[in-house]
Amino acid sequence: MTDAILQQPWFLWLTLIPLGAAILAFVLPRQAHLVGFATALILPFCALLAVRQGTLPHQLFLNAGGWDAPLGIALRNDGLALVMLAVTAGVGFIISCYATAYFSARRHKPDRPHYFWPLWLFLWGGCNALFISGDLFNLYVTLELVTLASVALIALEGGNKALNAALRYLFIGLIGSLAYLLGVAILYGTYATVDLGLLGDALTNTRLNHVAMALMVSGLILKSALFPMHFWLPQAHAMAPAPVSALLSALIVKTTFIVLLRLWFMVFPALDLVVTGQILGLLGSGAIIWGSLMALRQERLKLLIAYSTVAQIGYLFLVFPLARGDAAAAAWTGCVLLILAHACGKAAMFLVAGTIHHTAGHDRISQLAGAGGPVGVLVVVFALAAVTIIGLPPSGGFFAKWLLLSAALATGQWFYLLVILGGSLLSAAYIVRVLSWAFLDVKRSHYPVIPWVMKWPPLLLAVISLLFGLIAHQPLQLALIDAPVAGRVMLEISHAR
Amino acid sequence: MRGDLLLLAIVASSLLPGLIIFSLPEPMIRLRTTLNLAGALLKVILVVLLFLHLLAGRTAEFRLTLLPEMDLLLRADALSLLFLSLSAVLWLVTTIYAIGYLEGAPHRSRFFGFFSLCVCATTGVALAGDLVTFVLFYELLTLSTYPLVVHRGTPVALRAGRIYLAYTLSGGVVLFAATVWLRAIAGPLDFIPGGILSILPPTLHPTLTLIFLLLMLSLGVKAALVPLHSWLPTAMVAPAPVSALLHAVAVVKAGAFGIVRVVQDIYGTGLCTVLGVLSPLALVAALTVIYGSVRALNQDDLKRRLAFSTVSQVSYIVLGIALAQPLALIGGLVHLVHQGLMKITLFFCAGNLAETLEIHKITAMDGVGRRLPATMTAFTIAALGMIGLPPLVGFVSKWYLGLGGLAGGQSWVILLLLSSSLLNACYFLPVIHRAWFRPAAAPWPTSPFASGRETTWALLMPPLVTATLVVLLGVLAESSGSPLHWVKWILSREYGL
Repeated sequence: MTDAILQQPWFLWLTLIPLGAAILAFVLPRQAHLVGFATALILPFCALLAVRQGTLPHQLFLNAGGWDAPLGIALRNDGLALVMLAVTAGVGFIISCYATAYFSARRHKPDRPHYFWPLWLFLWGGCNALFISGDLFNLYVTLELVTLASVALIALEGGNKALNAALRYLFIGLIGSLAYLLGVAILYGTYATVDLGLLGDALTNTRLNHVAMALMVSGLILKSALFPMHFWLPQAHAMAPAPVSALLSALIVKTTFIVLLRLWFMVFPALDLVVTGQILGLLGSGAIIWGSLMALRQERLKLLIAYSTVAQIGYLFLVFPLARGDAAAAAWTGCVLLILAHACGKAAMFLVAGTIHHTAGHDRISQLAGAGGPVGVLVVVFALAAVTIIGLPPSGGFFAKWLLLSAALATGQWFYLLVILGGSLLSAAYIVRVLSWAFLDVKRSHYPVIPWVMKWPPLLLAVISLLFGLIAHQPLQLALIDAPVAGRVMLEISHAR
Repeated sequence: MRGDLLLLAIVASSLLPGLIIFSLPEPMIRLRTTLNLAGALLKVILVVLLFLHLLAGRTAEFRLTLLPEMDLLLRADALSLLFLSLSAVLWLVTTIYAIGYLEGAPHRSRFFGFFSLCVCATTGVALAGDLVTFVLFYELLTLSTYPLVVHRGTPVALRAGRIYLAYTLSGGVVLFAATVWLRAIAGPLDFIPGGILSILPPTLHPTLTLIFLLLMLSLGVKAALVPLHSWLPTAMVAPAPVSALLHAVAVVKAGAFGIVRVVQDIYGTGLCTVLGVLSPLALVAALTVIYGSVRALNQDDLKRRLAFSTVSQVSYIVLGIALAQPLALIGGLVHLVHQGLMKITLFFCAGNLAETLEIHKITAMDGVGRRLPATMTAFTIAALGMIGLPPLVGFVSKWYLGLGGLAGGQSWVILLLLSSSLLNACYFLPVIHRAWFRPAAAPWPTSPFASGRETTWALLMPPLVTATLVVLLGVLAESSGSPLHWVKWILSREYGL
């Protein structure tokens, strides 16, 4: 029995179940929330099984239809795919719980959940498919699935601003996809395969390959909102309903980055990456500084969180200059840990912002005063989640920054050391700005009541993200299975200098 | 009992009550008080058990893997026990005091929740077995004290909170960078008496000196070394129990304790002497001793005067370490305890003045001794102890510091101690004079209590207990069980001095 269960390709079910459920939810709009919630309940178990399976010695690939690459479609469930599947399942489940309450609390727009659930399930399936895709073309298709579903979700709120943001996001996504596809075409034209592993072995240091690399990288950074191509992100994330903002910021921006991460470490190593890596690192540094400074200036909570996402994306891109030589494993692991930590923390922040918006009727930071009330408590929850964004212990963000810092030190790139630390201080500044309003003592006569489903999921996520550093060992061990980097994670600089 | 469980129980004895208290509604006073006191009492008992455990020659150690090759390490040695028992005893006293002080004040659940977390972090700082764990809890201390500093919620308190965070977080970032760097150079950073860095090749000495500077810069923020002390007088706006805890046990002591650990257990006195970093540290400490006292002279706000006195007194500890003499080290370590007892008494008394008669200024203290005789007696004892009058505890610390200075051939220390004592007398004696010998400007409001007791028992007992300890531990300094005896035991056991 256990064997039969473990024989199932659970990582594949993680893709198929949400896609099927999406169709079901679309056909049965009145039961959409039931279908959605049931799926959200099942998926974490599938993810657990997939993880359990992934830790057994086994074959890491599954060829759809039984055809080997390059003819067939290769699916990978390596460590990176597994942790991403797991974190998406976990965070997705909590956001789904929140979404059921969120949409039922807003009765004046009764048809929203009818659209939300099919789209979200579709998006979920798309993300999961992206994580397990093992070839360039599948990655392209799944990226498109993710983009289209997110555009529709951004437009869900309706109104001019939301539609504008959604359209802008759509155009950016399309341009990015086209650039990426062009790069894929060049590689396919040369090597007649799109399989990541085969391409990685075959690629040589030619000029054409560099053009392909440049095209794919620029397409992907456009889609993952790296500074200065971030202009579409704050509006898109701030306009959407709270659960959607949480999904987009916590999970969806990471999907494009995962593609880039896979390409960089699996397909491109043969190319000359130093200059590109430095450019990406500089843009990432720009994102950290600019995003944090913009976050400091925002008057609305959701915009502040969105700009904080811009800054955090910048941290992810530091992996490209830092993953050099011995430091590759440390930088890569730090980057993955940051993805996981940020997913929990940012989702919690957006959910809290949604609850604050729902409770107070607005999300103006300057009017959050009044610590005694439920809003004050919510801001404290917000601050708990933000601990990981600042990078203070015992959150995952702290250890992620530890690894990135040690990589910066080991490769002697002092500039990034200053950027990482400076970014921490800036993020502390914008978080404290919100927090200090919560402690300002203002007497209020009327305290609104918050439904418990809108309180507990954010708190749960905030606590997870706060304590994530203490349990980070297991997910990292998992992520390092079949990782494209080798070497020690905990760096030691050799003394022979 | 198993050693690791004992350590966990000690940390949990303040963590769990804190977490439960957060979730308690404001009116559940009795349950909250019970939890607070039970936690504090349990902690004292557990510390005694741990003491017996170590006396029996057994070890206590707890490990939790955080990252590959990096552990959270709690370990009890004699030095951690010193700090631990200080915090356990003073927490118990302060909890009683805080319950009395905040009677009827708003947001008590929040206050006591963070209060417990703060003590939990202090416990962690005491029990940390390596530098990484130390940093973890050190930063947690920053996070958990901020809400206490801004507790009153006034614009002044919020400003103080911002300044506090600006200093401590900047210090934290520097500490973080220095720890990552040191970890990358030297491997695991366990606290081992005599230091772990002396095996490194001399080519690394310039780097080690730089890291030492960074560590002192960051730890010096919390230890309030000049010029990093400005946050401390500003943080005075916090409620009296918080100031008492901040100044006597938690924050400044964590900084001083960190300096002890780094100098003694990471670098080792031998390597420090080779690097030549101790003389500058002694100079900074001496400067701080004088500067704090001079600034205390012209403060009219009682708590501000006490704050500058803290700046001055905590540097005795640093001075004792920096002199690199066994006798001076005894003086420094024993002052860790002695200064805590005296300063907490003074802050309790200042709190009583503010709470009972709304006296904040020293100029308003004329004749207050007749209205609050017990409080002012405690105040007088502690102040005389600060001046260094034999046979009070302050004298014991100064005696050993002076002996150490002489033994090291550094007679300027005697001069420093004398001038500091003179300055202490200059800023404490006028206060005592006003309180006892000047007529009151207007008759004091009569006591609302039966039998004319000056204030509530909860406010009266804590300063009396600590003042008694100030006398007793001074008189009985040479008998077994006194802090002095204990420190000598630590030095012979851990450092073989």
